[in-house]
Amino acid sequence: MLRIALALTIATALFAAEAHAADIGQVKVSKGTVTIDRSGQSMPADTGTRLQTADVVKTGSDGSVGITMTDNSLLSAGPNSVLALDRYDFDSTTNEGKFDASLRRGTLAVVSGRLAKQSPDAMTLHTPSAILGVRGTEFVVSVQ
Amino acid sequence: MSRTPKWHVFLVCLLAGCTFTSERIVLLPEQDGRPTAVVVKQGAHDVVLDRPYAATELTAADPWTYRASAAEVTATFGDALAAQPTRAAAFTLYFVEGSDELTEESKRVLETVFADLKGRKVADVLVVGHTDTVGTDPFNDALALQRAEAIRRALIQRGVAPGDVTAVGRGKRELLVQTPDGVAEPRNRRVEIVVR
Repeated sequence: MLRIALALTIATALFAAEAHAADIGQVKVSKGTVTIDRSGQSMPADTGTRLQTADVVKTGSDGSVGITMTDNSLLSAGPNSVLALDRYDFDSTTNEGKFDASLRRGTLAVVSGRLAKQSPDAMTLHTPSAILGVRGTEFVVSVQ
Repeated sequence: MSRTPKWHVFLVCLLAGCTFTSERIVLLPEQDGRPTAVVVKQGAHDVVLDRPYAATELTAADPWTYRASAAEVTATFGDALAAQPTRAAAFTLYFVEGSDELTEESKRVLETVFADLKGRKVADVLVVGHTDTVGTDPFNDALALQRAEAIRRALIQRGVAPGDVTAVGRGKRELLVQTPDGVAEPRNRRVEIVVR
């Protein structure tokens, strides 16, 4: 009985996760080796690939990648980069929500979008040693 | 909180030669020249970058600020900047009253949407339909969606993949020009297109 209950709980949790796996952005530019780590699996990130919350985008020594999020933010990374899309909620009607990303390694160029424009606290970029509050802007970050 | 002493981390670092990562942040000039800023928080330190090319370098010691050059940005971030996607573009099309037929002027604007789409390798299009305040909510919700769907069909006819265009209707809830109920306002009879 307990096992059935447990199996049901897990099935429900899996279904819920599936239902919430909404597109948050898209790979627009992909050069050289670019992969996405999603749910413990690594997959190629070709041009056109749709992104989900918690995806980790990685570029090889010959790679670079350009991403457009649904709030029109642009994130693009150079070679040997690791970028995690930790959290993303965006209400396209009110422009409210939250976007947290982490640059663990490499180089990143950012053009913030509608989230940061709506609220100065909506977009945060983490590096290994700092937290960047984005007040609606264009900037570059390197972690080496 | 972990109670494990951290001294062993230092010992490992001493033996293996750990290096603190070097991190740099540079504010770039905004395309439309609006004032912007990035606030960098490292532990107890806050650094505000609010001028073009204002930069900070974070090391194990305190963050230090300096003015970067365009050459430095290109040298370090050239590949990342070259991979930057085309910026999103927004278009507004207007309709003949009570219908999903575009005004003559907007038919020409629709051609510029097609031209924009041609310049993008992969496009992602959102079409949001709106109405003026003449009529009931159910009528306007249906008309707004009908307008968005008409534009979606036109885009698909011109080669956009059906999976890349989303059409939604907002009825009379998001007026461009605020009017009382029951007012025929041409500027509210529209679809807004975002091309990403």
